[in-house]
Amino acid sequence: MPESSIFKTIFGRLTWESFPVHEPILLVTFLVVALLGIGIVAAVTKYRLWGWLWREWFTTVDHKKIGIMYIILGIIMLLRGFADALMMRAQQAVAFGASEGYLPPHHFDQVFTAHGTIMIFFVAIPLVSGIINFVMPLQIGARDVAFPFLNSLSLWLTVAGALLVMVSLFVGEFSTAGWLNYVPVANLQNSPGTGPDYYLWALQIAGLGTTLSAINMVTTIIKMRAPGMTMMKMPVFTWTALCSQVLAVAIFPALTGAFALLMLDRYIGTNFFTNDLGGNPMMYWNLVWIWGHPEVYVLVLPVFGIYSEITSTFTGKRLFGYSSMVYATVVITILSYLVWLHHFFTMGSGASVNSFFGIATMVISIPTGAKIFNWLFTMYRGSIRFELPMMWVVAFMLTFVVGGMTGVMLAIPPADFVLHNSLFLVAHFHNVIIGGVVFGLFAGMQYWFPKAFGFRLDDFWGKIAFWGWVIGYWVAWTPIYIVGLMGTTRRVNHFDDPTLQPWFVVAAIGAVIIGIGILGFVMQIAVSIKNRDKLRDVTGDPWDGRTLEWSTSSPPPAYNFAFTPRVHDLDAWYDMKQRGYRRPQGGYRPIHMPRNTGTGVILSGLALVLGFAMVWYIWWLAALAFVALIATAIGHTFNYNRDYFIPAGDVERQEGERDRLLPAEA
Amino acid sequence: MLQHMFRSASRLKVLAAVPLLLLATACDRVVFDPAGDVARQQRDIIYISTGLMLLIIVPVMVLIVVFAWRYRRGKGGTYDPNFDHSTALELVIWSVPLLIIIVLGALTWSSTHLLDPFRPLNQVATDQEAKAQVEAPLRVQVVSMDWKWLFIYPEQGIATVNELVLPVGRQVRFDITSTNMMNTFYAPTMAGMIYAMPGMQSTLHAVLDRPVESQGYSGNYSGHGFSHMRFKLRGVDDAQFGQWVAAARGSGKALDLATYMELVKPSERVPVMHFAAVGPDLFRRILERCVEPGKPCMSEIMAHDRQAGGGHPHEMRPGAGMPQGRDSAPLHGDKPEGAIFKSPEERGSGPNVTKPANPSRAPGVTRPGDQKNRDMSAVMPMAHPSAQPAANA
Repeated sequence: MPESSIFKTIFGRLTWESFPVHEPILLVTFLVVALLGIGIVAAVTKYRLWGWLWREWFTTVDHKKIGIMYIILGIIMLLRGFADALMMRAQQAVAFGASEGYLPPHHFDQVFTAHGTIMIFFVAIPLVSGIINFVMPLQIGARDVAFPFLNSLSLWLTVAGALLVMVSLFVGEFSTAGWLNYVPVANLQNSPGTGPDYYLWALQIAGLGTTLSAINMVTTIIKMRAPGMTMMKMPVFTWTALCSQVLAVAIFPALTGAFALLMLDRYIGTNFFTNDLGGNPMMYWNLVWIWGHPEVYVLVLPVFGIYSEITSTFTGKRLFGYSSMVYATVVITILSYLVWLHHFFTMGSGASVNSFFGIATMVISIPTGAKIFNWLFTMYRGSIRFELPMMWVVAFMLTFVVGGMTGVMLAIPPADFVLHNSLFLVAHFHNVIIGGVVFGLFAGMQYWFPKAFGFRLDDFWGKIAFWGWVIGYWVAWTPIYIVGLMGTTRRVNHFDDPTLQPWFVVAAIGAVIIGIGILGFVMQIAVSIKNRDKLRDVTGDPWDGRTLEWSTSSPPPAYNFAFTPRVHDLDAWYDMKQRGYRRPQGGYRPIHMPRNTGTGVILSGLALVLGFAMVWYIWWLAALAFVALIATAIGHTFNYNRDYFIPAGDVERQEGERDRLLPAEA
Repeated sequence: MLQHMFRSASRLKVLAAVPLLLLATACDRVVFDPAGDVARQQRDIIYISTGLMLLIIVPVMVLIVVFAWRYRRGKGGTYDPNFDHSTALELVIWSVPLLIIIVLGALTWSSTHLLDPFRPLNQVATDQEAKAQVEAPLRVQVVSMDWKWLFIYPEQGIATVNELVLPVGRQVRFDITSTNMMNTFYAPTMAGMIYAMPGMQSTLHAVLDRPVESQGYSGNYSGHGFSHMRFKLRGVDDAQFGQWVAAARGSGKALDLATYMELVKPSERVPVMHFAAVGPDLFRRILERCVEPGKPCMSEIMAHDRQAGGGHPHEMRPGAGMPQGRDSAPLHGDKPEGAIFKSPEERGSGPNVTKPANPSRAPGVTRPGDQKNRDMSAVMPMAHPSAQPAANA
């Protein structure tokens, strides 16, 4: 029928069926989201904030604002990912015997896929990137990152990827193939729908952002450290950020390549990962896990850095074994490349291959153990203040060692044959991701929030968030460890054995307790903003910090430091304080800074359109978006108006303002 | 101070006991109460490695809490802000984990080789197993299908769906492949899991050493019907096994090509089926992906390609044996064409998850077991080839 042909040419496979018109719950969700969105847009318009938002935030190349926006993105996506988690826990708590639960397999499969994808790619990565972005340049005494525009582009590409995942909630469907979009489930003949395409395009766009960001951070750390800061005088967080981002630069191309091959399979009809015609699904598993295992360390290394900074600050001590800490980090970085095969011991590699990868995996626990001991002996003979960040550190240490132990158990191939793909495994990686990465990210947010905004976070709600997460974690995951040991496998949406049900009910209760923790965190931010005058910190150094970021005001001025600091020792700011450092009172000079640009937003918007058009087979729109993308990118290279100077007078005024607020120095 | 430390430590014993407690509570379940020698050894490895690691985990957890308590601000613990290095301590914190990993590594190396699923069992661990050595292993060919298990007994000439019956005390060699998705063949009470992969063969050796009624399933998510891809595992004595084989032979229905092509279509919650006869090379054809009439086997394609490229198997010239351009084997497969080659009419629609498979019959969860609940799945129940009533469906 020619009419339908025209329709299909214009809209691709987008039809009325693509929208959730049959489902009241999703429809209401959509309406609420739409109304909320319209409300925000209306409010922004009413208060004439568009110009401010565009000038100060969307187009900014300031690493601090970009870092904050990364963190906001991570927190918003955490809410989405956690909603998915609650849905799964609820389904598994009721779907026993005769009861089918409320999620049919096709929906349940999308929920667990979306949960994993979102939590890793759009929660953990943005939060880690955000904290590195905000903290690292301040720690090394730099004024911005090496490539400020690239930084803005990285952020907005990640946002575009996240938006594409969110769009899949209301238009079409998301992948059902697990968080790594495993073939053969994700092959075209098994999943002809839009799900895997949404996954692939969202992650290619966001992954590009992550790769560019990693290149940027590595360059910044190598080239832009303050004079005197040799490698072995770098703060530990900067060290771990360096190792993590070097890893990211090395591994993300493997993931991009694997996804690109799968895209070719799905769009062009090649046979890289198909079952027939010489394709091989196992190859995809190898490629994604060559990315996947080091990725764990991309996330956890900077978080180890956060723990180190906090432990040292709140014990009032130098970090125990700084150099062994650095060596441990570097060793983990290298070893993390050599272990990916432990994700599929059961695929039938020979015993020698399996043993090699198993033992290599265990060897990683040695430097990791050394790190735990280093924190432990930093606490030894310290004077520990149990403020919120330090509480998170202790909770982390107690939780993480259990995750480390179960990890080593899984690294023994014959034990893995029993535990592989069981809920024991799921409990293990949630143990290290929640107990390691998430706890650390919360510790970091509590720790550096006063630096970013100039006021502390509320203590009461912070404690609710803390206890909610810690208790919730143990209540939710202990039963999952146990049912895993009973041989229950993952990603099952209905169980026959009713004796398992109590465990899953307890796990669901644990998830609700974690929900209280998340709610507590949101409340903490809201309450703190409301009471910001009471919680104000004018010193810029509320915790008696040790590294350079605490030497400047809170929030730091656009130029970070009026004068580039000189570093003489590890813990440079502590050293300066010990030597009776006085702030300079004059002699300011104009400061050279990068100029804002909207190109990052525009390129990412075009990438979003390209992704959406490709998912829905709207070829004309895809071609248009692609041409516009290339043209804008080339056009941007002709933009020579990229920098400006902050006049000396402005610097003097801002610094004078700070001097006025600071308590008079004797 | 020491006394103080010990008092705190005793409070912590409760905490340290948690992981052990967890293991203990799980003891009544299949992984910890195996009916097979392989599974038993795997369980022992879990016990040994846990014990070894608790040697270091428990003291560390105790120390964390003791230090956190002892050195809190204002409570009089010694404060030494410059204590940041101690060679002796550094030696300890690197060497103790290293020692444990050396022990664990040795355990790993030997156990991985001994329990390699491809390796025939040779340990005489039980009386039954002594017999297992005398007899050649029973062969069972396992095929994971969407979403059920096909077991072929080549020596007995029978096949079953979703039921695996094994004689107790006799070593079994499983050859495993898949028709489409990747699954793991997992009978926790017998042995650990191993992947079932399309176009690949994996092998598992195992033995049951006591009669058992248990379940097996897939450990690897494989799509829509994955949750119910379960099979019955029964360990019986030799006589009962013989009777069971005879009964299957007497069931009358053969697994011929037409039946197989019907069986291979995706279906869920498939009841147990028995087939009295099965073609001798069915498993090979599944493995080589050429059951469908007219479809070339993988080995034929490779031979053809080598010939087309004029390659000698041992020739080292780059590109030898590669097909020259479009001269490659004229093939067809299950692979649909890529999206961009589709004409507008072929693009279809990308429905939202909520689109009911059949809008006139609403899915319901209120009446579990109702046939209407099948509407939740995109795949309708197949008319399964054997005449058995769909009691379990």
